Amino acid sequence: MKIERYVLPLLGAVVLAAAGMSVPANAAAEELVKFSVVDGQSIPASLTGKPGDPVKGREVAIHRKKGNCLACHTLPAPDQPYHGEVGPGLNGVASRLSEGEIRLRIVNPKYANPATIMPAFYRTEGLHRVAKKFQGKPMLTAEEVEDVVAYLMTLKE
Amino acid sequence: MRIIRLTSVMAGAAVAAVFSVATVATGEPKSGYDFAEPETREMQDDDFSNPGMLIADYGGELWSTADGEANKSCADCHGDAAESMKGVKTRYPAYYQPWSKMINLELRINECRVNNQKAKAWKYESKEMIGLASYIGYQSRGMPMNVDIGGKATPFFQKGKEFFYERRGQMDLACSNCHEDNAGNMIRANLLSEGPSNGFPTYRLKWQGVGTLHRRFKGCNDNIRATPYERGSDEYVNLELYLAWRGRGLTVETPSVRN
Ligand code: HEC
Ligand code: HEC
Ligand code: HEC
Repeated sequence: MKIERYVLPLLGAVVLAAAGMSVPANAAAEELVKFSVVDGQSIPASLTGKPGDPVKGREVAIHRKKGNCLACHTLPAPDQPYHGEVGPGLNGVASRLSEGEIRLRIVNPKYANPATIMPAFYRTEGLHRVAKKFQGKPMLTAEEVEDVVAYLMTLKE
Repeated sequence: MRIIRLTSVMAGAAVAAVFSVATVATGEPKSGYDFAEPETREMQDDDFSNPGMLIADYGGELWSTADGEANKSCADCHGDAAESMKGVKTRYPAYYQPWSKMINLELRINECRVNNQKAKAWKYESKEMIGLASYIGYQSRGMPMNVDIGGKATPFFQKGKEFFYERRGQMDLACSNCHEDNAGNMIRANLLSEGPSNGFPTYRLKWQGVGTLHRRFKGCNDNIRATPYERGSDEYVNLELYLAWRGRGLTVETPSVRN
């Protein structure tokens, strides 16, 4: 079993705020938490040590400036127009994948498939020419990742 | 997903291969026109309903207006654009000896502005520049894109190609991830095209105006949260060369209409 440790730097949230940049309220001052990847397929433990909130997770998944999962996936969200077809539909994903496998695909799907088009939502290192406003920041906070995991875990077939 | 369903471990290389068979590898690139809504195509089809024609007509006025210290118009030296500028857009970007690198149509226009009219260079995204680039592009309407990537152009072509396949931004995406691997797929409300250059400058409904190809590059960089390059930069001109080559054979649609 291969275990990788991922340690990431502390953010200059104060600097960003002082520069007047629009920082999503809860994505600002987050030091990325350490997590363990098992066999390149799973992150078994919650990033926050707590279960997420599936109702908030649905909002994050749909929100265009947060998860925007609908850009590439269909979700059982008929109230939302325009579902993408770049990735597989996510309805029933919890019947196919374990919680840890789902978490890994949100944190950084490149562990499972380095060639994937899907962005890593909890990663700040090893990226090229990130726009200033987003440098050193993950696309989602640890809480938001856990909320989305909790939401996807409700999508059983 | 429309074409194939992925298992989570399936190698991306295999995915790219499957999609490119359907698109670029056949040697038959598709225009953005082929991916546009019928109403958008109709706007482009009829010069009277094509809002891009207004700015192209403005370019036509500039063509014959004397300007600069030389007090010369483009027409004074180039005559009738319908003859002298016919086919020019299909050859650009081209290798430009005085710079020992590539030049695109917009930058070539500014060369004449500065060196021949002895006037101040136009801003890249100015109404004047877009007007003349549209007017000159229009003279090649219906002719196939046919850039030269041999000889001295080759290293610049290679750089443009690398750019196209290089991942960037917070979302870590390359142009190819969207415009090659997923051409023909919906990305939220948008149908992904192959990202060709044959229609530029383009009237975009979203812009409510006409914009250059480099403005589109900036938009596609911004969307994935990457730092864009300057319009007219070497990076974007080389990328433009690669795109023009990918779309070789596509006919010029300037000024095209897209959403
Ligand atoms: C830019 C497109 C894109 C975006 C945005 C995107 N994904 Fe994906 N996703 C993919 C693709 C493509 C796959 C297929 C697997 C691969 O490429 O490795 C995938 C696979 C997955 C899988 C595995 C599904 C399975 O059945 O194996 C999950 C879970 C997933 N995505 C969740 C999400 C969530 C949650 C979001 C939003 C927070 C999201 N994705 C955003 C493209 C995307
Ligand atoms: C996240 C996906 C994505 C990425 C990555 C992306 N684009 Fe786009 N691009 C789009 C979408 C969506 C459109 C609008 C629909 C279409 O024409 O594909 C578009 C449109 C275009 C067009 C206009 C085509 C026309 O007919 O008017 C060009 C040119 C283009 N992109 C070039 C690029 C280049 C070059 C890159 C890399 C620097 C790039 N794109 C990266 C999504 C993307
Ligand atoms: C004083 C004369 C003069 C004026 C005025 C002038 N040009 Fe030129 N232009 C030239 C010459 C000379 C060339 C180089 C011809 C060649 O390389 O065969 C050229 C080349 C060009 C080319 C490249 C053509 C090709 O076949 O690659 C373009 C495009 C162009 N001019 C546009 C313009 C525009 C637009 C204006 C007005 C803003 C303008 N020119 C004004 C003399 C002029």
